[in-house]
Amino acid sequence: MKLYQKPKTPTDLPVLKPFVVSGSKTWSMETFGTITADRRILVAFAIFLIAWLSVDVVYAQIQSDTNQSAFATLIKWTPLMLLGPPGELGGFVLNIVVSFIAMALGTFLGLWLGLGQISLNPIIRRSSWAITQLFRNSPWLVLLFYIMLLMPFRVTIAGVDFDIPGWWKAAFALSLPIMANISEIVRGAIASIPTGQWESAESLAFSRTQTIWQIILPQCVKRMLPPWMNWYCILTMSTPLVSILGVSDGMSLTQDALAAESRSEFLIPMYLWLMSWFFIYSYPIAKLTRRLEHRFAVNE
Amino acid sequence: MSTTTAWSPDQPIVSIKDVYKSFGELEVLKGINIDVMKGEVICIIGPSGSGKSTLIRCINALNNINSGSIKVKGMEVNNLELDKLELRKEVGMVFQQYNLFPHKTALENIMMAPLKVLNQPIKEVEEKARQLIERVNLVGKESSYPGELSGGQQQRVAIARSLAMNPEVMLFDEVTAALDPETVNEVLLAIKDLAQKGMTCILVTHEMGFAREIADHIYFTDRGVIVEHGPPATFFTEAKDPRTQEFLSQIL
Amino acid sequence: MDVVWEWFQWLNSEHGIKLTIFYDEWDRNRFFGGIWTTIHLSLVCMALSIVIGMGGAWLQMSKFIWIRRIVQGYIQFFRNTPPLVQLYFFYFAVDSALASVTGIEGGVFSSYGWAVISLSFFAGAFNVEIFRAGIESVPKSMVEAADSLGFTSFQVFCYVTMPLAYRVCLPALNNNLINLIKTTTVAYAIAVPETLYISNQIWSDEYNVPEMMNVVWGVYIILVGILVAIMHRWEKSIRVPGFGN
Repeated sequence: MKLYQKPKTPTDLPVLKPFVVSGSKTWSMETFGTITADRRILVAFAIFLIAWLSVDVVYAQIQSDTNQSAFATLIKWTPLMLLGPPGELGGFVLNIVVSFIAMALGTFLGLWLGLGQISLNPIIRRSSWAITQLFRNSPWLVLLFYIMLLMPFRVTIAGVDFDIPGWWKAAFALSLPIMANISEIVRGAIASIPTGQWESAESLAFSRTQTIWQIILPQCVKRMLPPWMNWYCILTMSTPLVSILGVSDGMSLTQDALAAESRSEFLIPMYLWLMSWFFIYSYPIAKLTRRLEHRFAVNE
Repeated sequence: MSTTTAWSPDQPIVSIKDVYKSFGELEVLKGINIDVMKGEVICIIGPSGSGKSTLIRCINALNNINSGSIKVKGMEVNNLELDKLELRKEVGMVFQQYNLFPHKTALENIMMAPLKVLNQPIKEVEEKARQLIERVNLVGKESSYPGELSGGQQQRVAIARSLAMNPEVMLFDEVTAALDPETVNEVLLAIKDLAQKGMTCILVTHEMGFAREIADHIYFTDRGVIVEHGPPATFFTEAKDPRTQEFLSQIL
Repeated sequence: MDVVWEWFQWLNSEHGIKLTIFYDEWDRNRFFGGIWTTIHLSLVCMALSIVIGMGGAWLQMSKFIWIRRIVQGYIQFFRNTPPLVQLYFFYFAVDSALASVTGIEGGVFSSYGWAVISLSFFAGAFNVEIFRAGIESVPKSMVEAADSLGFTSFQVFCYVTMPLAYRVCLPALNNNLINLIKTTTVAYAIAVPETLYISNQIWSDEYNVPEMMNVVWGVYIILVGILVAIMHRWEKSIRVPGFGN
C-alpha cells in the first residue's frame, strides 16, 4: 500500500545556486527549528573550526611549556569523549543512544496520547489533553531531576534484582516531553485532514477505528514527518542535560578530561570539538527535514 | 420505538415524514415530507440555503434531525439506537467534493469498503471493482491516484466507490457543482446509466436539463419547506406557486 | 500570613510533608528569591533575544553577502549545538579566554551574566528565522504601494512591514518565549541561583526531595501557564480579519 506519491520530477538540491536564504513556504510553528541552508555553510563552519583550532594550537604552543599541543590533546581524549570509559557505554555515543530510546518511546506514547485527545470519550479526551499540557509545559531538566531522583534505581522482578542504569532513567525522563509534543503533532495532523474524508469514510460504513487507522492516519504520516524530525534534533541537543545528573555522557566526560588536563588553553578547543560532533550529527538531519517539508508541501 | 420495521417493495424505500431540523437558533428544515419508491429517481432543487443538502445528509445520518421520522428500508434513522453502519450499507452517498482517499489508487478506493467493512474475499471484490470502473468509463485509470485524475474522473470513481457496497439507495449532493462544464457531462452520463438500470436515486442538483431528463419526481424547496413538487412533465411547464415560477425563470 | 505558615508546620508534624519553604523564613526567602531570579532572567533573555532576532533579520536583508553568511553561521551554530554546552562554553571557555586577554581577574561576567548572554543568543537564533519569515509573509504589493506613496524604506519597515509581520510571527515567537522560561533551568549548571538551583540547595539541607521536587514542578507549570495565558490573550487582541490565518 503506497502511502504517498513519488514526485514526478527529482527535487533540486540548492547546491550550486548563489547563497541566498530562501523563504519558507510552509512556515508553521513547528518549522522554526529547521532552516534552508547551503552546503557551503558546512564548509564555512569547518573552515572556521579548523582556523580557530589552528590559532589555538599556535597560541597554546606559545604559552605552554610542555610538548603537548591542543590538537594532540583533542586526539588523546577523543576516544573517552566519544565512546565513554572502557567497558562502559558512555560519551557522545551514549547521547545518541539516549536520543534514540527517548524518541522511540516518546513517539509510541505520544501517538496514543494524541489519539486520546481526539477520543469521543470525554474522560479520555480531557485527561489526554491534561497530560499533554503538563509535559509540554515542564522544563526538561526538572523532569530529569524528578525521574532520576524519585524513580528507584533497583527493582525486584520475580525475585531477581535489576539495577536500572542512570541513563535508562534519563532516557525515560526525556521521552516524556517528547511524548507530549508528538501528541500535539498527531492531534494537529489529524485536525488538518479535511472533514470530507471523515464523512465519506462514514458514508461507506467504516467504523471510527477503521477510519482513523486506514484512512486518516496514513494521510497524516507525511505531514507529521518534518515536525517529528525537528523534535528529534531538539531532543538530541537536550541530551547533554543528563551530565548534570551524573550520567557519563559526552559532556560530562569532556569536563572530566578538561579537569584532568587543567589547562585553560584547552577549554575552547575541547568544547568546540564536542560541539562540532553535535553539529555534524544534527545539521544534515535539519537539512533533510527542510527538504522533506518542501517536497511534501509542493506535492500537496 | 424499534429501529427496524419490516419493509416490503410496495412501501416507500425512503420515507421522510414531518422532518424538522435546526442548527442552534436557525431552523433549516420545517416539516419535510417525501416518499421515494424503489427504483424512483428524485431530484431536489431550490435556491442556496433552502436546506436541500441538509436534508440529504439527514437521510444518511450525517446530520441528526430534531423531530420527525426518516425511514430507509424500514430502518428508522432518527433512532439513537440505530446501527449507523447497517444504514450506511444500504445508502451510498456521493459528495460535491468527491472526498476520495488520496493515499489510495482509484481501484483501491473502490475496493476498500467491501474489503474492510463487508469483509468480502479479495478476488471477488477486485473483480467487482473492475466491473464498476468499466461501468463508469474509467478503464485504464485503475492504478491512478486521485491527484492524477480530473475532477470528473474523480467524481466517477466516487460513484463507483459507493456502488461497490451494493446500496439500495444512492444520494447525490450537488455532485457536479465543483466541476468544469466540460466534465459535468461525463458524470451525468454515469448517473443516468445508474438510474436507467433501476437504482433508487435522490439527487440534489442545479442541472435542470438533467433533472428534467431522468427524474420521476421533482421537489422544489425554499427556506426549509417543500413549496411544490411534481413529475417533470408538469413541474417545469405548469408550476403553480409564485416562488417556484420565480426560481425557474431565473435559471431556465 | 503566619496562619498559612503554621498550617505547613502542622503538615510536617502530622503528615511528614516537609515544606520548610513555607514555615522557615530563611528557606522561604531564598526559595522565593530563586523564583524571582527565574522570572527576571526569563524577561531579560526574552527582551535581549527579540532585539538580537530583529537585528539578525535586518542584517539578513543586507546586500553584502558576507554579512548574510555570518548571520547564517551564527544561526546554524546556535541551532545545531546543545544549549548546555553553549552555556559551559561561554562561562568556562570564553570567560577564561576573555579574562586572560583583558587581564580581568575572576571572570568578565558573573554566572548570571553569561547565562543571559548564552540564552539570549540561543533564543535569538530562532527568532531571526521567525522574524525573517514574518517579514517575507508581507505581500510585496503592499510594500510597493507604500513605496509609491512616498515612504522611505525605513518608514515602510516601521509602518507597513513590521505591524503586519509581527502578527504572523507572534504565535511562533510566543512559543519560543515560553520555551525560554523552560530553558532557564539550564542555568542551574553554572550555579545561577534560580528556582531549580535554590531548590536543590534546600532539599540538600532539609532532606525533603519529594516535596521540593513536586513544588518546583508545580512552580514551573504555573509560571509557564501564566505566560501561555497572557500570550493567548495578546494573540487574540491583535488579530486582523483575513490576514495571517
